[in-house]
Formats: sequence, C-alpha cells, structure tokens
Amino acid sequence: MMNILVVLENKNSSIHRMSLEAISGAQQIGKECGLSVGILALGEKASVLAAEASQYSVEEVLSVENENLNSYTADGYSAAVAQVISAENPNYVFFGHTYQIRDYVPRISAKLKRPFLNDVVSYTVDGDKPIFYKQSFNSKLVSELQTSGDGPVLVSFQSAAYSAENIQSGTASARSVNVDLDASAIKVTPEEPFQEEAGGVDLSSADLIVSIGRGIGKEENIPLAQELAKVIGAELASSRPVVDSGWLPSHHQVGSSGQTVAPKLYLALGISGAIQHVVGMKGSKNIVVINKDPDAPLFEIADYGVVGDIHEIMPRLTEALQS
Amino acid sequence: MKICVLVKQIPGSEATFNVNTDGSWIQESGLPFEMNESDIYALEEALQIREKMGEGDVFVVTLGPDRCQKTIREALAKGADRAIHIKEEAPYCTDPLTIASVFTQVISEENPDLVLSGLQSDDLGFGQTGVLIGEMLGMTTATLVVATEIQDGDIRVKRELEAGWFQWQTMKLPASLAIQSGLNTPRYPSLKGIMTAKKKEIRTVSFDELKNVNIQQSFKKLSVQRKEKQTEMIEGSVDEIVGKLVNVFKNEIRII
Repeated sequence: MMNILVVLENKNSSIHRMSLEAISGAQQIGKECGLSVGILALGEKASVLAAEASQYSVEEVLSVENENLNSYTADGYSAAVAQVISAENPNYVFFGHTYQIRDYVPRISAKLKRPFLNDVVSYTVDGDKPIFYKQSFNSKLVSELQTSGDGPVLVSFQSAAYSAENIQSGTASARSVNVDLDASAIKVTPEEPFQEEAGGVDLSSADLIVSIGRGIGKEENIPLAQELAKVIGAELASSRPVVDSGWLPSHHQVGSSGQTVAPKLYLALGISGAIQHVVGMKGSKNIVVINKDPDAPLFEIADYGVVGDIHEIMPRLTEALQS
Repeated sequence: MKICVLVKQIPGSEATFNVNTDGSWIQESGLPFEMNESDIYALEEALQIREKMGEGDVFVVTLGPDRCQKTIREALAKGADRAIHIKEEAPYCTDPLTIASVFTQVISEENPDLVLSGLQSDDLGFGQTGVLIGEMLGMTTATLVVATEIQDGDIRVKRELEAGWFQWQTMKLPASLAIQSGLNTPRYPSLKGIMTAKKKEIRTVSFDELKNVNIQQSFKKLSVQRKEKQTEMIEGSVDEIVGKLVNVFKNEIRII
C-alpha cells in the first residue's frame, strides 16, 4: 500500500525529467507528511522504466504492460491509470506537468470524479496534509488550492518545482499489475511522431540569447533585435506569440512547446513572462528583462530589470555596444 | 457538421491584478476584459471547418457574468451562428469538474460532432475543461491540436508534442479538441458580421441551476506572487539606461 503514487512518463526509453522531479517532490512531501511513496510505469517501456525507478528510495514500483498501451493514446492511458488508481487507492497521484499529462489526466479526473490539481508550483504542510499552490492570472497571482471529498487527489507539478538532483536513492520492491483494456476502447489511431524542422538553431547550447516577445509589436521590428543579437554574438530567440504571428520560425521558440535554454545571458525584450515561456528559460544564469509593463511576471525572475520601451532602448543599445 | 466552441472572457494580459480583501477573487472593477487567446483560434478553426464542409452549425458556449455578452457578440460577429450563455455571478466556481459537468448538460442536448476549446484560459489556467467534457460525453479527446482534417466519420488531427515534435492521429467522431494557439489566422469581424450579430440568438441558462453541489476543488486564497529573486532595477533616461546596461554586460555579467 502506498499513499502517494507517482506515474512515470517515458522519454526515449528512460524516465522523463519531469517524472523524476515528481518522484523527488513525492519523497519530500512523503517525508514531511509521513506518507509512503510508490511508482507506476506503464506502456511499451514499462519494464525499462520500472528498472530505472527501482534504484530510488520508494516503497514499491508497479508496472503495467498491455499491448493496447504500446503507443500512447489518451483513451488507453487514462483507462489503465484510472484502473490502477482505483485498485491501489492512494491518497495522492503525482505527475510531472508535461504535454502528455495535460492530454490524458483530466480524463482520469472525470472517470474517478476526483479533482486534478494541475501545474502545481509549491506546497506547504498543514498538520499531516500537503496544501498545494498554483499560479493563475497570467502567472501574476498564486492560488492556494483546497480539495474536499474522499479518495485520491491527482496533482501535476510544474517543471522545476522540485529538483531531480535531490532524489533519494535506495531500493524498491517490484510488482507487475494487470489492467483490463480491450482494443475496442481505443478509438484513436496515432501515427509516428516527427520533427518538423530538422537543423534549426540549437538554442540549448547558446551562451548568449536575445529573446523577443509580443512587445516587439510588428514583423518590421525583428531586424532591430537581430542586429542587437549580432553585435554581442547572441542567438535570437522568442516567446510563442512571435512564432504564432509567423515573424520567426518555430525553432527560435523558447518555452514548454519550444526549447529549454540556460545561457549566461538571457536578454528578454517585450516578453511578459507567461508560465509556458518561463519554464523554458528560468535556468538562465543572468536574466535581463526590458518591458513597458511594470507588472510583467518575468520581472519576478529577473536579475536586472528595466521598465521601458524596447523600441527606444533596443536601437540605442545596439549603437552603444557597437562603439 | 455541428460544432460547439467554448469561448471564455478573461482579464487582458497586461492588466494589473489586485486581490480583494478576503483573498477570494481579484478586484474586477476597471479591468479590461477580452476573449481568451487560444479560444480565438478555436473559434476560427470551427468557422474554417464549416466553410470547408460547405455547411454546418457553429455555436458558442460561454460561462460567466453579464460582461461576457460583449465577448459573445464578438464571436457572433466573426461568424458563429448562435450562442448559449451560462450565466454565473461572483463568487465564481473554480472547480474544473463542476464547470465541465455544467457545460456537459448544456452541450449534450445539442449533440455536436465536435467540441473545440482553447488549450487553456489565461486566468485560471487549468486547461482541463475541454478534455473533461469529452470524457463525460464519451467523445474522443485531443489537446495541443495544431491542424485538423475532417474525414469520413473521423477527424485527423496534428498534435504538438514537446521540443518541436508533432504527431498526427485519426480520431472517431464525436471528438473534443483543445486547440493550441497559432494554428490559423483569426479573422476580424466584418461590418456586416457586426450588424447581423445583433440579430443572432443568445440563449441564457443559469449556472447555479445546473451545478451539482459536490464541489471538490476550489481556490481557497489568492495572493500576489512572492518574489523569488533580488532584481536590480535600472532606471533613468533612455541614455542612462543604455549606459547602465552596457556597464552590466561589461562588468557584472562580463560578456563583452
């Protein structure tokens, strides 16, 4: 019996980084609240992931193999995980807040009629119970979440809410679990995943990044940012709205749907700091933010901040750096 | 083809938020309100599917107080055929399951082939409503949808995976799709659209009458984001700012 069940996601035949962070969070919360932790691996690579998970300090590692789980589908995964949750009846089920989790975990919530607290950033402990917090209103506010009723609570953690480096090693017993899943339950036929633009810019290894957001205003202003980047030898990156507008190709995008970066300098021009962008760049060593909105959430993680108009500052900065 | 689009009205992205005295909600007075960004793309996708099919019924469902009428009219002006307004007064429900069950009761009477929603709202940010409704109505579901192709009795959708990967999947109809922003170019309402929108039907239903009493999740308290980092603010005239930035690059971060 475990109190917290962490559900793993497969990434290239190993445990997804954000699942590792969820294990780390579960260990920490488990210790503080006196709750035991178990891990669930499922899908084609379940045994590989379960073997990797068994080196961590948890009670038990469960694995589910079923031919209808070999390719990911929301139909199959939600049905299988819901069955395991019902059988094991943990107090909490933890996930990393990945794209796949967004896709199928709400289905489990509806099946079990139990709440899904998603994109959680932190917790506090009240007696022996964790209280979870998530960001809201464009990441400008934090909300304390409260749940009621009996049964499991589903929780997904935002990227870097917990560090995978803090995972406690140990040993865990292994158990194979069966689910009842018929092929007729899968009403979706997935094709092979593919990459749209091979090549592109590898922002993840860039030392210096100049990044532009919605504040750039129009396509005609892009060259101004390009010049600034060129002067200091930086790569040009952007937040999602710039790519959505077709002003830069998608391989320039930083954030949950783009690349994750950690340069020495991240100079953010006109980027407000939606959480989907922040998760892709908050590991940068020095974050310099220029934005005309003093409430832009990106200022929260800035080392240096300028409240001002990028259209005035950008060309002058380029000039000053040239000389 | 009958298409339901979930459209939400949210405070504008550059708004300053103040929390009310008991921390239960934001102070709404004076805030600008607008259509949620990914919902704009969901609505456009519905209109384009209707145009490609040559016929269809696109109806919008919106949950919120009276101020949402403006957003509903905007959706009608862009080309939605009709709307259902689920009226809710403050304090607003923040339980995704309850919200989805109310939508489900309204939508099930309509029996749509497709439910399109934006990926997530910029205010509450749950990103669950479309998927919950799909499950509750026994539909297939997909999120992060960046392209759609209607086929015979099926729909083929392109989903965005992480780090620049994509995947197509073919789904049985009816389906509920959560639409990622950027997949199309949303139209502006035409003058004719704005005029005809005034005559289009908006049916009103009450949230309180439809909600079940078993609310399991809520916002207990809202607060301003705690600052994680010490930020050095650089101030002055444009020249002074530029001078100080160059100094930071040279002497603090040492990149030049």
